[in-house]
Amino acid sequence: MSEAYNPIPVTVLTGYLGSGKTTLLNRILSEDHGKRYAVIVNEFGEIGIDNDLIVESDEEIYEMNNGCVCCTVRGDLIRVVEGLMRRPGRFDAIVVETTGLADPAPVAQTFFMDDDVRQKTRLDAVVALVDAKHLPLRLKDSREAEDQIAFADVVLLNKTDLVGEDELREREQAIRAINPSARIHRTERAGIGLDDVLDRGAFDLQRALDNDPHFLDHDHPDHVCGPDCDHDHDHDHDHHHHHHAPADIHDATIQSVSLRAGPLKPDLFFPWIQKTTQIDGPNILRLKGIIAFDEDDERYIVQGIHMLVEGDHQRAWKPDEKRESRIVFIGRDLDHEKLKRTFEACQA
Amino acid sequence: MPTIAPLHLDGHCVAANFIGAVPFFALADGSLHWLDHGGKSADIHDGLLCATRDWQGRSLLTGGEDGKIVRTTSDGGSEILADNAGKWINCIAAGPQDAVAFSTGRSTIVRKADGTLSEFQEERTVEGLAFAPKGLRIAATRYNGVSLHWAGIQAPAVDLDWKGAHTQVIFSPDGNYVVSSMQENALHGWRLSDGKHMRMSGYPSKVKSLSWSARGKWLASSGAPAAVVWPFSGKDGPMGKAPLQLGKRDEAVTCVACHPTDDVVAIGYGDGTILAASFPEGKEATLRRSGKGAVSSMQWNDKGVQLAFGTESGDCGIIDLTA
Repeated sequence: MSEAYNPIPVTVLTGYLGSGKTTLLNRILSEDHGKRYAVIVNEFGEIGIDNDLIVESDEEIYEMNNGCVCCTVRGDLIRVVEGLMRRPGRFDAIVVETTGLADPAPVAQTFFMDDDVRQKTRLDAVVALVDAKHLPLRLKDSREAEDQIAFADVVLLNKTDLVGEDELREREQAIRAINPSARIHRTERAGIGLDDVLDRGAFDLQRALDNDPHFLDHDHPDHVCGPDCDHDHDHDHDHHHHHHAPADIHDATIQSVSLRAGPLKPDLFFPWIQKTTQIDGPNILRLKGIIAFDEDDERYIVQGIHMLVEGDHQRAWKPDEKRESRIVFIGRDLDHEKLKRTFEACQA
Repeated sequence: MPTIAPLHLDGHCVAANFIGAVPFFALADGSLHWLDHGGKSADIHDGLLCATRDWQGRSLLTGGEDGKIVRTTSDGGSEILADNAGKWINCIAAGPQDAVAFSTGRSTIVRKADGTLSEFQEERTVEGLAFAPKGLRIAATRYNGVSLHWAGIQAPAVDLDWKGAHTQVIFSPDGNYVVSSMQENALHGWRLSDGKHMRMSGYPSKVKSLSWSARGKWLASSGAPAAVVWPFSGKDGPMGKAPLQLGKRDEAVTCVACHPTDDVVAIGYGDGTILAASFPEGKEATLRRSGKGAVSSMQWNDKGVQLAFGTESGDCGIIDLTA
């Protein structure tokens, strides 16, 4: 059947209890967008919409082979996705809602590690909802809240009506300090254009970093946000988020390491990224990069989750683009100096 | 040469089987199709997840996304045996004395012929069920192993532990071995007399189809570009022995079905091709030359002269060896 070869996009919704996941889910299901969604939830709970395709599943973490954190998958997702994909004509996309305490890594890894799931679906994006009022407390008392932000492609800073402008900026800085590459949106009652959370192609090597033409530029002192900077400037025209220093409320254990270098030698870069992710994989939650290779006219994109890394040529460098290699690691206990030194040693 | 009576259906075939002499095809959309003096059909589930035949071969047992367990007889008449609305029925198994077992989430429920139910809870989700050939003993796979329960007898569960996620499970016809398929491209077996482990690995993909040969001396499996057939005739099962690899092609084997009387296995592939291979010598015959989708289910009739097959894309049919 032709549908089977057109992979179904999967959006993962994470967020602590009370952050607004159910509100967003109800909007996705009720708005008139002409698309049909299958939804996998942990509990039917408060989903107020009558939808035939809401499937309840117990989160089941399966460790593969050696008990390594990088080799965990969600067994229930494998089973439910297999069941859903036997009748692919019923829906256009899948949304997975996780519990507040869920680790997003096994969810995401399922879509890369299980052959059957990988063949029939594609992970589109991980969306994290954050309660603007309670974020500081969450970051203090929960490693999961931090992981969810670190893992996200899109962060909705929700319930903005409950805090003032200064606090919102602090929250954004805290989020940005954990995850410099996520798109941040301010929302009330999870009110957001669904185009901003669905069909993002965040894991699609051809699309991933084209959504953000200024990937990692926001870290750069010279960068001035232009009209095509599609990030958290809806209300934030002062661009406080450019500051590197983590906000005071950021008790987080997660850090990000953003690196830049000139064109690299492929025969140095590939062994380096392999070795780095093999050794530091358990500490690396996400990595993303745009690599310029020496004597190569195409941009090379890499991305990874723990030890899983994939990469591909994306497109030709444009004449006016600076041929520069940029990569960001998000994780715990990362050795900034060593990463910088070894990354720069890959230069041509 | 075999002849093929094709049956073009619209949807993923979960089970192709015979009830008595009548071929039945159960689709994932919940429809049932059978060939009894012409094609007939009925919608029995809102979404069908699992199907098996009862031990006498007189009815088809199915479980669905609608939470129902349905028994359908060869005239197409169906009866709801249990209803767990809102729950997916992930697994179903038929046992001796007309018992039926099914699972939803972490519960396994055994229904005896008189309608009495007994329920067993696992710590993790049940992924596969099988009855032992004798006595009402049910095996349930779950994370880190298989649990064995006696239905109707107060006795503690026997845990067969092996680290990792176990999916399907099957007893050997003599009841001496339990074999599970794993998330990790391997089979794991236990000899019940002493709990001895048997690791059967080396598959390039997950094993989704298992079938015992007529006298239980061989276990055929999918998951490789050939049917992998393990010898179980020695006292240590397949340990220390190489499996046969039958019907090797550049295409993954997705389904296997051993012949009811002879040492022959029907092998279905990802491209819809079906071969028959004899073992141990490995002579091959082509039964079907490719199709639209991967072969998802096959079953011989009792005499072993017809093979019902179904595919993921719905191009099903009957292969007749007598014509």
